[in-house]
Amino acid sequence: MTSMTRRTFGIWAGAAAASLALPTYLRAQDRPRVVVIGGGAGGATAARYISKDSEGAIDVTLIEANPQYTTCFFSNLYLGGFRSFQSITHTYDVLAANYGISVVNGRAEAVDREAKEVVMADGGRVPYDRLVVSPGIDFIWDSVPGYSEEAAQIMPHSWKAGPQTKLLKEKLEAVENGQQIVMVTPPNPYRCPPGPYERASMFAHILKSKGFTDSKIIILDPKEKFSKQGLFQEGWEAHYPGMVEWYGPEIHGGIKGVDPEKGTVETDFDTFKGALVNVIPAQKAGAIAHQAGLVSENGFCPIDAESMRSTMDENIFVLGDAAIAGDMPKSAFSANSQAKVAAMNVRGDLTGSKVFPARYANTCWSLIAPDDGVKVGAQYAPTEEKIASTTSFISQTHEDPALRKATYEESLGWYAGITSDIFGRQG
Amino acid sequence: MRQRRRGLGRSAGLALAALSCGSALAGGDPAEGEKVFSACRSCHQVGEGARHGIGPHLDRVFGREAGSLEGFAYSLALRRKGAQGLVWNAQTLDVYLKRPQAYVPGTRMSFRGMAGNEDRANLIAYLEAASAGAPAADPGAAPAPRDEIGALAMNIEGDPALGQYLANECVTCHQPSGRADGIPSIVGWPRVAFVRALFEYKTNVRAHEVMRMVTRNLGNDEIAALAAYFGSLTPQ
Ligand SMILES: Cc1cc2nc3c(=O)[nH]c(=O)nc-3n(C[C@H](O)[C@H](O)[C@H](O)COP(=O)(O)OP(=O)(O)OC[C@H]3O[C@@H](n4cnc5c(N)ncnc54)[C@H](O)[C@@H]3O)c2cc1C
Ligand code: HEC
Ligand code: HEC
Repeated sequence: MTSMTRRTFGIWAGAAAASLALPTYLRAQDRPRVVVIGGGAGGATAARYISKDSEGAIDVTLIEANPQYTTCFFSNLYLGGFRSFQSITHTYDVLAANYGISVVNGRAEAVDREAKEVVMADGGRVPYDRLVVSPGIDFIWDSVPGYSEEAAQIMPHSWKAGPQTKLLKEKLEAVENGQQIVMVTPPNPYRCPPGPYERASMFAHILKSKGFTDSKIIILDPKEKFSKQGLFQEGWEAHYPGMVEWYGPEIHGGIKGVDPEKGTVETDFDTFKGALVNVIPAQKAGAIAHQAGLVSENGFCPIDAESMRSTMDENIFVLGDAAIAGDMPKSAFSANSQAKVAAMNVRGDLTGSKVFPARYANTCWSLIAPDDGVKVGAQYAPTEEKIASTTSFISQTHEDPALRKATYEESLGWYAGITSDIFGRQG
Repeated sequence: MRQRRRGLGRSAGLALAALSCGSALAGGDPAEGEKVFSACRSCHQVGEGARHGIGPHLDRVFGREAGSLEGFAYSLALRRKGAQGLVWNAQTLDVYLKRPQAYVPGTRMSFRGMAGNEDRANLIAYLEAASAGAPAADPGAAPAPRDEIGALAMNIEGDPALGQYLANECVTCHQPSGRADGIPSIVGWPRVAFVRALFEYKTNVRAHEVMRMVTRNLGNDEIAALAAYFGSLTPQ
């Protein structure tokens, strides 16, 4: 996956000189140009909506490092055996063929904000009138001492989908009865708040379905509480009695570090050994957002709540996990919702089309066991200081199994809906 | 299931499913079937003067080729099945109603299916008994709105531009192509039925957390605009 090599590119100084010598993607044309960095939940949606709703009046280029996109959302269902890897992997073919979007397969290395050009890893430059940045997250590797990009080959994070997801699945399938799985979960803010706990549920489901009920899953959490906690804990008790143990900081006293060679996690309280150790480190906005100078001290990008416009540069919009989106969680649903607001504002800037007041929404489903789905959702509106929640709901404990099943089926409908909204309707 | 419409069929089905697991076809009871039909009523009419609503009218459905009525925008999937020779009779209705999506993948009927064999037998008996009168001359007209619900929005001409903008939120879940993979299709509905559905969620007549939240902040103009926009789309 995209782990950026942190080259110091000297963007500001180098820009003027570089633009003379290097190749360029510039094409002769007079349409306003929008460049989108990142073809994920946020970026691909933005590219599609700008192109579709401007009816070709805007030239849209989508820069994406990978030729295909495997969704993090539903990757836990792949781990649990409910989805194939194929079914969570998508291409950019429809965006290119049916929406006239120029899809550039390559890595954006820097943004020359003065020249309004994106600098590619191969040195090429892509000019823009408006830039949309949706690079997702990067890891703060040393937030867990002893962990690193190399260590992730032994203790996968699988918090970016792709080869890491397959690696985790292999390791999960190799766990034997009586062996232990240890998870190190991230501190806030991170992508998909209920994700680690849905993953623990899928681990337990696989072990249980093999009859490996002597195995345990230990969750070492730096947080005192977590998303949908009551629902997950009730579900674990009901479906996987005695198999999932969650330890907050009051119990483990602090996560000191990991030893990939030994397969251990050391805490103040004890050292935990796992046949499988899944480490999800702390997170920050994708490297390109840092290189472009769009982040604040907390490692994420401040935006204007009305429009998703960067507060650092009026020609740039930041979406999805990389943005500081107030009360909105970092989710694909949120990124998709923010992308539509940004797309409308980009069109407003460039073609003078009507800009309606921003509305945002999110719903996150989680699967605890077969046919036992839960959800949490909210709607949001901009206020003076942030994107604020206006109304919300969450599944209740002790719900009727038929309702839980309906909730799960709904999530399948959502996956089909949102992926065709992001990548265009396939076939 | 706390949802009104589908809930009825399902809870009745649960009780009966335990008793019988054979075929549903042995002599159903039309009187019982009429009760079960409440699971279909919000989308289908049957009997004399029946009209198309969200679903095609079901009058004289026996012996009819699937997907063949004039004036109703069937899914391609159902029309294909009909062209390939699917004709409705007790047997084929039984299989379709048990799990519509399994029998006709891609059907636009957003009904999960009826598990209870006895329920289906009764329902099919009822459909046969009720299929009497000639269909109305005016297909496409939906039933009249209930006064207390959304009378205001019913009378507003929705602004499709506003509708398209508001629809951005809906299409994360409801596919504009009309495909339904677990969340119902909402395209190409008659305006009145659409407005009514949204008001029923808003007022919790139909209980559904997501749709209640989605409709909570929608005003009459906005509901009318959404009805106009989604009504203007054709299912593919
Ligand atoms: C296990 C798990 C489960 C989840 N489940 C859900 C769920 O059920 N529901 C939900 O709504 N969300 C879920 N999420 C969260 C969701 O995946 C993210 O919030 C979402 O993908 C964020 O979208 P984004 O556009 O910000 O980033 P991404 O989707 O990560 O897209 C970023 C893209 O940018 C590309 N990129 C980055 N930098 C560059 C560069 N410099 N040049 C070129 N390309 C670049 C990357 O290759 C990537 O394709 C889950 C996440 C995880 C990890
Ligand atoms: C949410 C609305 C909805 C509900 C509820 C519903 N249907 Fe349908 N029904 C439809 C739609 C829409 C179609 C058209 C399907 C297509 O085009 O694929 C349809 C098609 C049908 C057909 C095929 C008709 C034809 O002309 O080929 C039958 C039979 C049928 N439904 C019976 C039922 C019965 C019986 C029930 C109750 C158990 C029911 N439906 C519940 C919407 C509904
Ligand atoms: C988060 C997903 C989600 C979003 C967003 C959403 N819906 Fe729904 N909608 C659903 C689900 C799930 C159902 C089925 C509810 C039920 O079982 O009653 C539904 C049902 C409906 C129905 C009734 C369908 C039927 O067959 O009876 C209508 C109409 C509808 N939605 C309209 C909308 C509109 C308009 C919007 C946008 C303003 C919207 N929805 C946004 C998930 C969603």
